[in-house]
Amino acid sequence: MISSSIARKVAMALSGLFLVFFLAQHFTINITSVIAPDIFNSWSHFMGTNGLVQGILQPILIFGVIYHFVMGFILEIQNRKARTVRYAQFKGGTNSSWASRNMIITGLVILAFLGLHFYDFWIPEIVHKYIETHPEDPTRYYAETVHKFESPVRVTIYVVSFILLILHLWHGFSSAFQSVGFNNKYSKGLKLFTQIFAVAIPVGFIFIALYHHFNQIPH
Amino acid sequence: MKLTLKIWRQKDANSKGSMQTYPIDGVDGDMSFLEMLDVLNDGLINQGEDPVVFDHDCREGICGACSLMINGEPHGPDRLITTCQLHMRRFNDGDTIVIEPFRAKAFPVIKDLMVDRSSFERIQHAGGYISVNTSGNTIDANAIPIEKEDADASFNAAACIGCGACVAACKNASAMLFTSAKVSQFALLPQGKVEATRRVLNMVEQMDKEGFGNCTNTGACEVECPKGISLENIARMNREYLSASLKG
Ligand code: SF4
Ligand code: FES
Repeated sequence: MISSSIARKVAMALSGLFLVFFLAQHFTINITSVIAPDIFNSWSHFMGTNGLVQGILQPILIFGVIYHFVMGFILEIQNRKARTVRYAQFKGGTNSSWASRNMIITGLVILAFLGLHFYDFWIPEIVHKYIETHPEDPTRYYAETVHKFESPVRVTIYVVSFILLILHLWHGFSSAFQSVGFNNKYSKGLKLFTQIFAVAIPVGFIFIALYHHFNQIPH
Repeated sequence: MKLTLKIWRQKDANSKGSMQTYPIDGVDGDMSFLEMLDVLNDGLINQGEDPVVFDHDCREGICGACSLMINGEPHGPDRLITTCQLHMRRFNDGDTIVIEPFRAKAFPVIKDLMVDRSSFERIQHAGGYISVNTSGNTIDANAIPIEKEDADASFNAAACIGCGACVAACKNASAMLFTSAKVSQFALLPQGKVEATRRVLNMVEQMDKEGFGNCTNTGACEVECPKGISLENIARMNREYLSASLKG
């Protein structure tokens, strides 16, 4: 079933919706780093040590990310092959949004960002926990996170990536519902919600990055 | 009105084509786009040149033959019309108009602006029909009660003329709008229920086999469709496909 165009489209939608859900959860935890560092520490400690999160949810998440981008590439390559001779003139802008036509570009930037994000947070965590085998200190997370946002270069990359995430979600989130066959009288309202989400969550992440950048704590 | 036409010329399916420039004079605003091309061809024939081949038949917006990409949009800049319904008053004196065939791997060029859309026929053959008892006791379709909303939605889907503008406009050259219209028109009616499962599976399989691209919901097809076929049909086909796959 997964080889047909519609099955793949549905699979892209479901993995995308799962990633949107993850993003919302990630944001909820991150925003506590601005409001209440203690809560941020305890939630981070929970996420970093809980067996269910680490052993089951994290692998599912990694699979979801990889699946979404590998399938995205495969579909993009197929789509390019479906029109071998290009148009001399093609006015896509008159009938569709830039975001909808350029998911591969915004997606690639987000993928590159995820590489950096893994390098920044995930790999140091693995090293910290399993290679250097430090004893768990439930209060370490807040300061570590804040220090990551010291570098203006890194903060700039984060901000740019999140702007592209806005564009990716702007099309992708509502598009996922159409893909799974949900298009009815509620779709207009749902689209509005997805577009508010598409802007609000990345802007929230940008705010967190900038907040920590300008409110550095001593090492 | 004086115009400059940039037209795709291609000798046959196997030749490499290119854009050629043709100046044209004396174009009247009341001419249809196809009549303007007729005038161009008259001139070319008088000069002993090969006329530009383009597809056309009814010239009243119902057959779907007139497949032209005009200035980067299928059927030109206006909405809800076919090329034969486009009039030259839409353009200004001195304009340059770029005319190309509908481009998709599944729509190979036959000659110049004419493409082979038999891939659409094959999608239809894969399931775009219903079984009716014709042995003398055929039930009159009007005697079957159908809810008004369903009848309307089915009728709207059946308005698809198979022109291929949806494929031409789609950045992925996807045929989802066309196929979904053909699936929907039957899916909504009791007569279509008998083959519902096979129909959607077979038509989608054929669509994929023909080499059309995958739908990414850009919505360009709906905007460019001369018959206003809605994206709701694609969502309906996705639902039909999912439930048919689960049934196996
Ligand atoms: S769906 Fe619209 S654009 Fe596509 S073939 Fe049918 S009438 Fe033409
Ligand atoms: S020639 Fe028939 S629709 Fe244009």
